Amino acid sequence: MNTIAISSTLTVNGATVCVTADPRRRLSDVLREEVGLRGTKVGCDAGDCGACTVLLDGAPVCACLTPLGRAIGREIATVEGLAQPGLCALQDAFLQHGAAQCGICTPGMLMAARALLEATPAPSRAQVEDALGGVLCRCTGYAKIVDAVMAVGQGGYARRPLAGQAVGARIERVDGLAKVTGAEIFGADFWAEGALVVRAIRSPHAAAGFAFGDFNGWARALNVEVFTAHDLGGVNSFGVIPAFADQPALAETEVRFRGEAIAIVVGEAPVMAALSLADFPVTWQPLAAVSDPSTAQTARAVLPHRADNVLIRGRVAQGDAAAGLARAVVVAEATVDTAYVEHAYIEPEAGVAWLENDTLVIQACTQAPVMDRDDVARVLGLARERVRIIPSATGGGFGSKLDVSLQPLIGLAALKTGKPCRMVYTRAESMQSTTKRHPAHMTARIGADAAGRITGMTFDGRFNTGAYSSWGPTVANRVPVHASGPYRTPNYRAETVAIHTNGPVSGAFRGFGVPQAAVVQETLYDDLALALGMDRLAFRQINALAEGEQSVCGQVMQGVGVRACLEALGPRWTAALAEAEAFNRTAGPTRRGIGVASCWYGCGNTALPNPSTVRLGIAADGTVYLHQGATDIGQGSNTVITQICADALGIALDQITLIGPDTGLTPDCGKTSASRQTVVTGKAALLAGRALRAQVLALTNRGADARLRVEAGRLVVEDQGGRSHLALAELPVGPQGYVLMAEETYDPPTLPLDENGQGVPYAVYGYGAQLAEVEVDMALGLTKVIRITAAHDLGRVINPMLAEGQIEGGIAQGLGMALMEDYIPGRTENLHDYLIPTIGDMPEIRSILIEVPDPEGPLGAKGLGEHVLIPTAPAILNAIRHASGARLLQLPALPHRVLAAIREARR
Amino acid sequence: MADYLKPSTLQDAILLAGREGMRLAAGCTDLFPATPGQTLGGPILDLTAIDSLSGISRSANGWRIGAATTWAALQRAELPPAFDGLKAAAKEVGSVQIQNAGTIGGNLCNASPAADGVPPLLTLNAEVELASLAGSRRLGLGEFLTGPRKTALRAGEILAAIHVPEVRGQGGFLKLGARRYLVISIAMVAARIVAEGGIVTEAALAVGACSSVAVRLAAQEAALLGAPLAALGDHIRPDMVEPYLSPIPDIRADAAYRAGSATELLRRVVSACGTNAGEP
Repeated sequence: MNTIAISSTLTVNGATVCVTADPRRRLSDVLREEVGLRGTKVGCDAGDCGACTVLLDGAPVCACLTPLGRAIGREIATVEGLAQPGLCALQDAFLQHGAAQCGICTPGMLMAARALLEATPAPSRAQVEDALGGVLCRCTGYAKIVDAVMAVGQGGYARRPLAGQAVGARIERVDGLAKVTGAEIFGADFWAEGALVVRAIRSPHAAAGFAFGDFNGWARALNVEVFTAHDLGGVNSFGVIPAFADQPALAETEVRFRGEAIAIVVGEAPVMAALSLADFPVTWQPLAAVSDPSTAQTARAVLPHRADNVLIRGRVAQGDAAAGLARAVVVAEATVDTAYVEHAYIEPEAGVAWLENDTLVIQACTQAPVMDRDDVARVLGLARERVRIIPSATGGGFGSKLDVSLQPLIGLAALKTGKPCRMVYTRAESMQSTTKRHPAHMTARIGADAAGRITGMTFDGRFNTGAYSSWGPTVANRVPVHASGPYRTPNYRAETVAIHTNGPVSGAFRGFGVPQAAVVQETLYDDLALALGMDRLAFRQINALAEGEQSVCGQVMQGVGVRACLEALGPRWTAALAEAEAFNRTAGPTRRGIGVASCWYGCGNTALPNPSTVRLGIAADGTVYLHQGATDIGQGSNTVITQICADALGIALDQITLIGPDTGLTPDCGKTSASRQTVVTGKAALLAGRALRAQVLALTNRGADARLRVEAGRLVVEDQGGRSHLALAELPVGPQGYVLMAEETYDPPTLPLDENGQGVPYAVYGYGAQLAEVEVDMALGLTKVIRITAAHDLGRVINPMLAEGQIEGGIAQGLGMALMEDYIPGRTENLHDYLIPTIGDMPEIRSILIEVPDPEGPLGAKGLGEHVLIPTAPAILNAIRHASGARLLQLPALPHRVLAAIREARR
Repeated sequence: MADYLKPSTLQDAILLAGREGMRLAAGCTDLFPATPGQTLGGPILDLTAIDSLSGISRSANGWRIGAATTWAALQRAELPPAFDGLKAAAKEVGSVQIQNAGTIGGNLCNASPAADGVPPLLTLNAEVELASLAGSRRLGLGEFLTGPRKTALRAGEILAAIHVPEVRGQGGFLKLGARRYLVISIAMVAARIVAEGGIVTEAALAVGACSSVAVRLAAQEAALLGAPLAALGDHIRPDMVEPYLSPIPDIRADAAYRAGSATELLRRVVSACGTNAGEP
C-alpha cells in the first residue's frame, strides 16, 4: 500500500506532541507506536470491545476507529492523563472496589467513566450501564466496575492490614496500581527499540495439503524473511500433556484446522505494517474436512496415528448403574448439545522474544511459564536452561493461554534473525488459532426413588476435541469424575470420548468440560423433582453429598460444603418463588422463573502430581522477597498468596516484595489452571512462611504470638515478652543471596484412578450453588437474567473482594455460555458476531461466601476460579424452563431456540 | 497529504470526490472494521470538517439533517415526537463510542440490511440529497438503498443531507438482539402514527434486518387507518407483515423467527406509539 507520512501536532493529555505518521492510520496505533502511550489497549481493531477508548474533545471514541488526521487540532485524553499527580478519585475507586482484574479493559473503562462523570457527577446505575456499554470486560462480570463508578469519592476499605491480619481481609490487589494507571505491561506493550515484527501465514481451510512456492524470492523482493517448519530445529510438536504432544508449531505439509500457521514472515515494523500477506506463495489442496463429530469415527483420519479419530476415552463406574436405574420410581433422560465457546479475553496473544547471550528470553502473555519453556525448548531444539519465560501481564486467559501460541514463533524468529522479534495477534487470528471450550454431545439418565433419593445415573459424553490433543485428555478424564454433580450417586457409570475433527483445537476453558456436563445433570434433576412433585431445591438438598460420604470415585469426602451452599440459598429461593408467582399473575409478555444448580470441582491435576514451590527470603537490607511463580492472569493469586504468606511469616503484607513469575527467578509454581493456585501455591507459601518464621523465632527466642517487622535494615521480632532485633547485615548471605530463607514445596496428595475411575483424583474440592431469577419474553423468546444469588464454599476466604470478583466474572461467562456464545469457524471470528455479555446483560449478583474448612487446603481454603462458572448455565436454563416451560437442550439458548422450545412445551 | 483530504466546504469536497479511487469517509466506524491493517487504504476524503454537512436545521418544508451528523448529536437535537423513533435508534447504534463518531449519512451509504437508521427514516418519508459537480438531486430513501451494501450513489456524488418533510405524529423504534449494547439486530421495527380524536389517520411502518433492504409495509399501514389508538397493536396481522419480508437464516436467528418477531415488535411499537400519541 502507498503510505504517506506527514508531520502533525497532536494535543495529548494537555501536552503538545509531534508525530510523523500517515493521517489515515488508526489513532490507537499512533498513540501506542509513535507517541509511546501504551496505556490505550487494542482488543479488536473494530470498535467491538472499547478497550481503546480515548476522549476526543471530551467525548469517548474508539481510537481504533479514529484516523489520526481527524484527531489533529483536538484534545486527546488517554488513561495516562488521569493521574496528575497521584491517582484520581475514579482510579482510586477502581482499586478499592476491585474493579480491575486482569486490567486490559481498565483503561477503556476508566476513560468511558471519566466522560460520564464529567457530565453526570452522581450517575444512576442505568446511566453507568449506558456509558460503559461499549467496553467489554471478560473478567469481572462488570459488577465491581459499576460499584466503583457509582462510589467515586466515597472512600473504600482498609488498605493496609496489620501483621497477622491479612488473611480474610477485604484488601485491594497488591498489583493493582499499574492496572489503573495504564502502566501495566501486557504482551503487546514492551519491546526493544528496533524489534522486528512477526506475522504468520495461516490456513484459510479446515483441512488442506499445501505446497510452498518461491517464498524466498517473494521475501527478498519485499525485504522480509520467511521461516517455516524446516527452520525449527527441534521436535515440531507441542502439547500441554507431553505424552499427547501432537500440534506442530508450523504445519509441514498439511493443515488440520482453519487458522493453523504454516510460516512466519519477519521484517522491520514499517515494512511489515504495509505488507499484504495475500500474495504469499503457497498453493492449497483442500481435503475433505472432518467436521461432524458424530460421524468422525468412520471418517478420514485427522491425525495419522489416532485410530478412529479417537483421542482418548474416560470412564468412572461405581455400583451397578443399570440396576440402580431399574429400581428407580422415576427416570429422566436428556441429550444436550453445546457449542464451541471462545475465551474472548480482551487481550489478543502478544509477546516479544530476544537473545541474552545464548539464552532465548520470551516475554508474552501466558498462564503457564514453565510449560511454555518446556514446549519452546522442545520445538526449537534448545536445552531448557537456554529458554527463559517472563510472563507479561496477561489480559485474560481462562484456560486458553495455558497452551503456547506465539511463543515458538517469536522464539524461532529471534533465533534466526538474532534480533528482538515481537508479534501481536489480530482478533481474528486469536479467535481462529487458539483453543476453545469443547462442544459436547451428552446423553444422561438419572433415576430416583419415591423419597427423591438418586438411585443411579448413566452419562455418555462425546467431546469434539478438534484437530490436536491440547487438554482433550483432561476433559475426557475430568467429566466422568464430576458428571454426578456434588450429589450422592451410588450406582454410576459415566463414559466420555474425545473425538478429533478438523475444527478448532478444543482445550482448557474454565471448568474443563464440567460446565457442559452440569447442564445435562441439573436439567435432569429438575425433571426428577417435577416428576416427583418435590421442591427443586429440597430435592437437591436430599441428595447433596455429606461429610464422610463417598464420591463416585469411591473417595471419602472431607470438608463438603454443598449442603451449606444450598441451605444458604433457601431464604432467597422461598422469596423469589413467591415473587415469581406474583409477577406471573400480572399481564404482560414476560414470565418470571427461578432455577438452581450446584457445582463441585476438584482443585489441581486429576490424580497426577502438580507441585508448587515457593521461596521466601530476607535480604541483608531487610527486604522480604516472595518468589511467587504462579501467574496472576487477573484472578488475584499475587494478592492471595501474599496474604497467606504474610500471615504465616507474621509480617505486614506491605513489607513483602513480590518477585516473578519468571522461570529465571522463581521456582515452579505450575500452571494457573484447575483452580489450583490458592490451594497448591497457597499452601507452599504457607509452609514457606511458617518455615522462615520458625527460623526467626529460633534465632530470637520469641514466642508463637510474635509479630515481625523490618525497620531500618533490622528485623524486629516482638511478642508479649518483649522485642528482639536481628541485625540482618551481620548475618551470612546464603547461596540464593539471602541472609534468611525458606523454600517449600507442596504437592496435593492424590491416588491414581483404576480402570473404573476409582481412587483419589483430588486432595481438595470446592462447592457451590447458584439461584438464577429470569424473565422470559414469551412472544420473542428473549431471556433477561435479573438476579443470581451465588453461594460458594471457599473453605477459608482469603480475600472476600477478590472472591466476589471471581464469582461475578464466572457468572458472566456462564451466562454467555447459556444464552449467546457460539463460535463458528469462518463466521464468528470477531467480537460483533461472537457475542459475549456486555454490562447491560448482567444481573444483580448476590454472593454468599461459605466457609466449610478443608482439612488439606491452606488454612482450610479451597479453589474457586472454575467452580463459579459451573452452576450458572444450568441454573439459568432451569429458570427459563420454570418461567416458560421451555426445556432447552441446545446451547446457546438464543431467542429463536427459546421460542421454539416454548412452543414445543405448549404442544 | 494527497491521500488524506479534509475539505471544509462541500464545494471543495465535490471537486475532490470525483478523483480516481477516492473513498468518502465520515465516522469511519464501518471503514476501519473492514480494514485489515492499521491504515485506511486508498485516498480518503474526510467529510467531517464540513460545517454544512453537520447538524439539523429547519428547512422551508421540513427538516434537513446534515449527512455527517453523528448519532450523538441527533440524540441531543430538539425534534418533534415524530422523530422519537429516529432518536431511539440513535441510542441503539453500537455504543456511546460509536454514536460519537458514526454518522447518519455513513449509516445510509454503508447500506447494511441491519442499518439502525433506515427503518425510522423510512417512516419519516426521508429523502436524500446527493451533491456532485452536476448539481444536486434528491431521491427517496427507498430508491437510494438498492440492495445489501448497494446504493444509488454515483461516482463523484456525496450524500450531503437527509431531508424529512413536514411530518406529524408519534414515532417509535424497537430493536431485537441477543444482547444489550453493541449488537447487530435480529430484527428491528419503526413506526410513526398520526391520530385525530383517538383514531389513526396516518401510519408509517418499517422493518429492518428482515430483508436485503428495510421495507415499508403499505398494506398493514392501510389497515391501521381508522383504527382506535387503544390496543392498536391488535391490528397488526402476520399476513400483512410477513409476506412482505424476506428474512434469511443466519447465526443470530432462523428466518421464521425473524419474520414472527418483526410482527410482534410491530405490535409493541404501534401500541407504544398509540399510547404516546393519545397523550395530550
